Amino acid sequence: MQTVKMVVTGPFSAGKTEFIQSVSEIDVVSTERKISSPAERSVKEATTVAMDFGRITVDEDLVLYLFGTPGQKRFDFMWEILSEGMLGFIVMVDSTRPETFREARSILETFRAYAPTPYVVAANKQDLGDAWEIDDMRHALRLDSKVKFLPCVATDKNTVKSVLLELLYSILAEMESGG
Amino acid sequence: MLPPDDRINVRLDLENIIIEGSRQLREWEQLQDEIPSLEMALKFTDRPLKNVNLSVEEWRVVSYINPKNSMKQIAQTNKMNDIEIRRIVYGLLQAGLVEIIRPEGMVIPQSPKTFPTQNKEEQKSLVNRLISRIRAL
Repeated sequence: MQTVKMVVTGPFSAGKTEFIQSVSEIDVVSTERKISSPAERSVKEATTVAMDFGRITVDEDLVLYLFGTPGQKRFDFMWEILSEGMLGFIVMVDSTRPETFREARSILETFRAYAPTPYVVAANKQDLGDAWEIDDMRHALRLDSKVKFLPCVATDKNTVKSVLLELLYSILAEMESGG
Repeated sequence: MLPPDDRINVRLDLENIIIEGSRQLREWEQLQDEIPSLEMALKFTDRPLKNVNLSVEEWRVVSYINPKNSMKQIAQTNKMNDIEIRRIVYGLLQAGLVEIIRPEGMVIPQSPKTFPTQNKEEQKSLVNRLISRIRAL
């Protein structure tokens, strides 16, 4: 059995766990714990502390694993471990919380430094009324026009599929260009 | 008691030293968040480098900005330490003058675990199988 993996990363509460849950064929193996910080508890009740783990069986010989990283900075020692050997990575950004954009940028730079693998950035929660426009987010995140920046709703399987496909197209394009 | 002849005692306010130390630690953390790796290179954004007031140190960094030069190399050339180069690059990033890129020609060996096979054609076939599967979800 051959296995490959992709990593889903991003700041706290960006929607990484939901993203993986939307396409994983198994219940996501999650390491959620109740949040102790009052400020963070106002955003959500529990958060990932080690990783999320989802699986998509491609055929009888090939399985894709999806790993979600913990979003809180104090668990960043897990990032490098999870990123080893990844095909590519997805940076999730909460479109409704501009206060997390700076951290998203920092996470993106950290993962780019870990490995020269292709990546895409997903603007999550685009279905909410107070979501930022994609162009405004691209500007705020200082993303180059060549970087794929995709609208996403982590609970909507179709948009999750689009994000995964765009990452795979990037991986294929890099392979074909000899990268 | 008087100090020995070869020493000069200087009175320092301990509180100020602690505050300054704490400030420098915070600054270091913030710079590391913004620029996690000095192995990356810099390139100018589309914004023209006109009518900007740069310090001598900033010009020294700017003059070596090239997609082939990592920040570490620029720092070594200019005899700057990690915090000095990060501080200058941070300022240039905030001004929107530069962006961080992977250095041209940087050879990072692909982790042998990335693909279960090292054959390029088999790797492409594997990615195509993944694409077909995701489309069918």
